[in-house]
Amino acid sequence: MKQKLVIVGNGMAPGRALDLLFETAPEAYEVTIFNAEPRVNYDRIMLSPVLSGEKSFEEIVIHGDGWYIKHGVTLYKGAKVTGIDRAVKSVTAEFSPLATGLAPREPAITVAYDRLIIATGSNAIIIPVPGYKLPGVLTYRDLDDVQAMLLAARSRGKAVVIGGGLLGLEAAAGLKEQGMDVTVVHLMPTLMERQLDPAAGHLLRRAIEARGIRVITRAGTKAIHGAKKVEAVELDNGTMLPADILVMAVGIRPSIEVAKNSGLTVNRGIIVDATMHTSDPDIFALGECVEAEGQVFGLVAPLYDMARVVAAQLTGDAAASFKATATATRLKVTGIQLYSAGDFAEAKDREEIVLRDAARGLYRRVVLKDNRIIGVVMYGDTTDGPWFFDHLKRQTDVADKRETLIFGQSYQVGSPLDPAAAVAVLPDDAEICGCNGVCKGRITGAISGLGLKTLDDVRSHTKASASCGSCTGLVEQLLQAQLGDAYNPASVQPMCACTALGHDEVRRLIVARNLKTIPQLMQELEWTTSCGCAKCRPALNYYLLSTWPGEYVDDSQSRYINERVHANIQKDGTYSVIPRMWGGQTSASELRAIADVIDKFKIPTVKVTGGQRIDMLGVRKEDLPAVWSDLNTAGLVSGHAYAKGLRTVKTCVGTDWCRFGTQDSTGLGVKIEKVMWGSWTPAKVKMAVSGCPRNCAEATCKDVGIICVDSGYDIHFAGAAGLDIKRTEVLGHVETEAEVIEAIAALTQLYREQGRYLERIYKWAKRVGLETIRQQIMNEPDRRRVLYDRFVFSQTFAQQDPWAERVAGKDAHEFMPLADFRLYEDAQ
Amino acid sequence: MMPVTKTWIRICQLEDIPVRGARVIRTESGCIALFRTAEQEVFALDDKCPHKSGPLSQGIVHGHSVTCPLHSWLISLETGKALGADRGQVRTIPLKVENGTISVSSEAVQSANIGCVA
Repeated sequence: MKQKLVIVGNGMAPGRALDLLFETAPEAYEVTIFNAEPRVNYDRIMLSPVLSGEKSFEEIVIHGDGWYIKHGVTLYKGAKVTGIDRAVKSVTAEFSPLATGLAPREPAITVAYDRLIIATGSNAIIIPVPGYKLPGVLTYRDLDDVQAMLLAARSRGKAVVIGGGLLGLEAAAGLKEQGMDVTVVHLMPTLMERQLDPAAGHLLRRAIEARGIRVITRAGTKAIHGAKKVEAVELDNGTMLPADILVMAVGIRPSIEVAKNSGLTVNRGIIVDATMHTSDPDIFALGECVEAEGQVFGLVAPLYDMARVVAAQLTGDAAASFKATATATRLKVTGIQLYSAGDFAEAKDREEIVLRDAARGLYRRVVLKDNRIIGVVMYGDTTDGPWFFDHLKRQTDVADKRETLIFGQSYQVGSPLDPAAAVAVLPDDAEICGCNGVCKGRITGAISGLGLKTLDDVRSHTKASASCGSCTGLVEQLLQAQLGDAYNPASVQPMCACTALGHDEVRRLIVARNLKTIPQLMQELEWTTSCGCAKCRPALNYYLLSTWPGEYVDDSQSRYINERVHANIQKDGTYSVIPRMWGGQTSASELRAIADVIDKFKIPTVKVTGGQRIDMLGVRKEDLPAVWSDLNTAGLVSGHAYAKGLRTVKTCVGTDWCRFGTQDSTGLGVKIEKVMWGSWTPAKVKMAVSGCPRNCAEATCKDVGIICVDSGYDIHFAGAAGLDIKRTEVLGHVETEAEVIEAIAALTQLYREQGRYLERIYKWAKRVGLETIRQQIMNEPDRRRVLYDRFVFSQTFAQQDPWAERVAGKDAHEFMPLADFRLYEDAQ
Repeated sequence: MMPVTKTWIRICQLEDIPVRGARVIRTESGCIALFRTAEQEVFALDDKCPHKSGPLSQGIVHGHSVTCPLHSWLISLETGKALGADRGQVRTIPLKVENGTISVSSEAVQSANIGCVA
């Protein structure tokens, strides 16, 4: 019978231990995990990019639900372990109330174990100043904290972060990125004083302040004020800082409650020996909750090393042991390069070598003792960090390199090396990925042994570069060095099998070579097929149409059937018809006309769509022009429900009716729809306008969404609610309807000009960068105006009701058969 | 019983079908799609994808093939066979083009055995 392995905690350390365990002994244990957080295992190091909006939660998941199923692991989410009975060897957990507010199905559960792993992690330290329990006081530990911060950031109010260490600064940068006004309060004279010397701390402070974040050092917190929630923070010197939220990021403390209550030996953390056993031989502990060699740990590299030891011990390797070693730190704030490792305090027996380049904002300090590196601090260019760190860990004698040591690796063989050559001369056991402890030899061995070709391959096979990603450059250089030209990181995905060119290249060449028709384009760009295929032709038709408005003649045979006949084909070959309902509003006469059409053409199904319109399904193709004719008569036009173009502008009722409405959301929705309809875009575009932040029009999962507030309009974009679910990003805040319309028309135009065919706005925005889009639309009025004008110009050719055109006889051949032998037979 | 001579039924002129497009003829028991390629060749198939019966006449015509509008199966206009990884075949209909006039086999018109929706 399988042994029962129970794990308390579902963080990165036990996740890694299980990965290793399943690699060597997939069948050895029946595994049960209790996770106090209601979710799967994710990369906690990457919470900062989630807070700043650079990554989504989905991107930082390490083990998705499928992983647990595949490995037969029972995962209890939202289950907090309340007791360990070591005498009968069982664990009891209580389920927390569900997010839905409903009571959990069962209040508690008890599971027996043969081996137990305690991985309860750590808790954020809360400074118990008066007011610390007020709503709005947050910590920065897990995804719940990040979500609370993101929610608070939507007010774009004031945030105070207490703590100028790694976490505090990452939180501050993320909140700033989300549009908040941020102040960092730090007790010590310089930032990150545990990892940085004062000089680097000063450079860092300058960089943080350059982002518009206020930094106050040598400041203690006296009290937190507020009636129902945080309103202000009072510092020791009496300064009052207004605050809508307060983030305490002053440190972490091992979470030892459960271990302590069950009688295990604890000190600051749960005491373990080198084999990661606690004082009970059947119980391991690992991660931030443990204390080994008198130290506690907060960085991932030693935690992963503990995971390796636990996995080895579980599979019978009694010799596996953990030894605390030096670790390196990097700050994960985009645009700030910072690296530190080891000990850099000044002392008599130590020497230091310093390099400063104020103009380039470069600072390096290497601390030596007996000609061996014991500490390194780097600011600005940190590419040599791992090289210094390697010398530090090996304790190599650097006497012969002293002259050039500070310039880094490139200067060690006479002349500067190119980066790929630099990484090529690293020894095989040089560490490349600090987070996962992966050395160069393991990566190069995997590349050659397993025939790996891409960064993703290396990530999945070795874990190198799979955590914080700061060694990605080094891994790419290894791929480059080993594969030569066969490694092409920027290799372009061709549009289709008809060409080697990618979408962006084709778009560029259309303009550069003045290409104006599909045959001309295929000729000049050397298409390998005579007339393209079903993938490239619709794309080319769109690119030409959007590049040459008023000039290019639409090629209907290069349109997908729905756009060719302006209705949506159904599984049985019939079509559905959806007239436009501006802003989701309709009237008695429109409804009467729709009802008459339904009766007259015996339309079998009528349905209300998610976009606030009415869908008539099962219309025969030959009936389409007559159906449209009747709808046109009542003033109804095509809803473009079939188009890579504007679909709907969903609205709530706003100030017209709603007691919470702050603006005329319906009216604005109608205006937007009147401006945007008919425009062809790379993929469909759905919009919405909500009259207040309650957001009844669900604007925050649309391609473009407006949230009305008292002071004006928050413009959101790049949401998704289909195959992918993604909330929108904030584009900016404007005060008038006219500005809303100019901004979203300009945004749409930018997307029309840059988007790849079938690439939705959220994917385009991710590819080109949210910030570059925000910059052009919100911060450069001239640029915005130019884009807006181009949009308006193209609309002069696009805003013709395609239904009316076909009622008038356009493309009649589409709707009529060539011949009907049913009549012929009848005539016989 | 093999017919010795085929009888043909005149359908339309070449120009009646859009280039890189298709139109249909209805029969008592189903539709036949007539395709015209960029090279002015004409092909006829039952208007029914071997996959889920999608109307091939509504697909995008490119080279000697058509992409079904429902699930993007690629069908050869010459053989009626599914191309690429998919397996299946649709019936091809004999036709002839003389002086720009397209005719199809009369047997085919009388024996198409499919549902027609166009």
